[in-house]
Amino acid sequence: MILVVVEHEDGAPDRLSSEALTIGRALAETTGEPLHAVAWGPAAATIAGTLATTGVAVLHAIEDPRLADYAPEAIGKSIVGLIERERPVAVIGPSSDRGAEVMAHVGARTGMPLTANCTEIRPGEPWQVTRQRWGGSLLEEARVDGPVRLLTVAPHAVEPADGPAGTSVTVQSFAPELTDRDLRVRITSRVPAEVGRVSLADARVVVGGGRGVGSAEGFAQLDELAALLGGTVGVSRVVTSAGWRPHAQQVGQTGTRIAPDLYIACGISGAIQHIVGCRASKAILAINTDRDAPMVTRATYAVIGDLHAILPAIIAEVRAAQ
Amino acid sequence: MNILVCVKRVPATAGKITLTPDEQEIDTRYLGFTVSPHEECAVEEAVRIVEAQGGASTVLTLGPAESADQLREAMAIGIDRAIHLETDGGEWSAIDTAAAIAAAVRDREATDGPFDLILLGNEAADTGDYQVGIRLAQALDRPVVSGVKAIEVRDDGIAARREATSGGWEVYDIPRPAVVSVREGLNLPRYPSVPGRLRARKKEIERVVPVRPAGAPAKIRLRVPVEQESAVEILGEGPEAAPRVVEVLRRLGIVA
Repeated sequence: MILVVVEHEDGAPDRLSSEALTIGRALAETTGEPLHAVAWGPAAATIAGTLATTGVAVLHAIEDPRLADYAPEAIGKSIVGLIERERPVAVIGPSSDRGAEVMAHVGARTGMPLTANCTEIRPGEPWQVTRQRWGGSLLEEARVDGPVRLLTVAPHAVEPADGPAGTSVTVQSFAPELTDRDLRVRITSRVPAEVGRVSLADARVVVGGGRGVGSAEGFAQLDELAALLGGTVGVSRVVTSAGWRPHAQQVGQTGTRIAPDLYIACGISGAIQHIVGCRASKAILAINTDRDAPMVTRATYAVIGDLHAILPAIIAEVRAAQ
Repeated sequence: MNILVCVKRVPATAGKITLTPDEQEIDTRYLGFTVSPHEECAVEEAVRIVEAQGGASTVLTLGPAESADQLREAMAIGIDRAIHLETDGGEWSAIDTAAAIAAAVRDREATDGPFDLILLGNEAADTGDYQVGIRLAQALDRPVVSGVKAIEVRDDGIAARREATSGGWEVYDIPRPAVVSVREGLNLPRYPSVPGRLRARKKEIERVVPVRPAGAPAKIRLRVPVEQESAVEILGEGPEAAPRVVEVLRRLGIVA
């Protein structure tokens, strides 16, 4: 059996879990193993309906009133209990914050290796995977040993796709054995998000600034253009290290991964750590003095020259057009 | 507060990555070395907590002899002492790394008492395994929170905050001793001062040689992903290109 760890919101698997399910179904087809899913939380059983096109035969719903809110260690222990009962040949999780964390707890508790951020999984003797290093700037071919392969799937390694319609999903409740000690790490309170701000990860347009912006004050033009286009400002690591902008606006391997319709990269040379954060952009417009900068050669469009001369001209032209 | 910070020496890559001919390693002949941005923040946080509350900070690494450079960098920022788990340079798995760190922690704690807080980066810059902190916590039977971007030390514990997927923050109140793995953005690390560097050069580094793990490595080979060369369309030079930029914005449906 292939077991996929599913995170869900509003009664359906989230995007990264749908990707993990897509990889899981392909594996189940190649190996002839049945596909199962595991979910937790008060609404776990309610996602069964939305799994009908995923090829999942059985949904294991971890049910315990103490798991009403997220508790990584306890959920990891619950999945280990399920693994011991069901003996899957592989457990596949999304590499979201929670997916990666829960899978690491499963690995830690069982002492089994966990192979993180896989883009391809190839069953065989032994199983082999392609996985990401350096945020995806480098790939590793690796073997995966052990009776139960623990794997997480790199974000956006596959497009989530539906299988044949109409399979019926059996829900099996799983009551984990948990002590109070297993629940020592859990969400104890929340701080709500600021309202009205365009989130960097979800923005349709991101106006990015790098070293070439030159100063904190230099960002006024980027702020203006972003506001004009209904977008938000993103920055390179140089900018946050200099204290010109807060880290929450950083795009890259150790910041936010963005996927806008258009990324306007101003004065950014394009270190690989920045590229991995913006390569999901549908189009990139680079504004740079250096025609050979990696950001320019990786872009869809480019304007060569000083961003502080070019941005006011673009702003004026957009205003005239609107 | 007695704090331990774990760091890992990695090549300072910025441009295109080149591999060694056997495809086992990055060709580092022309590269400097550093630690991940997450770990720079972990080091800074340890120094700040000790500055505010008193206590002592220790930095630990597992790696080849040259990793002493990264320990000295951390001591130049203000870390008090260093432990070097010195290897012959080969790559260690997450399981073996966590086991070696746990053994070193137990040894040190037997004489000096417990580390109230152990900080790590959320994931190493190179291997990106996302698990050493959790395996270490499991081995030491301590609570662990990952992906943390704010730490508040309270009387009896730690309040660790991390970003919620839907925006806002999740707060985890955990008892001490604890393990926390952190992300860049936790703080803005300072640069080492010249006197700091001089002091760091004189500080002792405790060297321990961990037992080299048995078993075959999981890595078969590395490869650089094939990036499709985008044929960049140069719209023009200087402000005169603005009308063509707006044409593109229209084509993409961003400007009406």
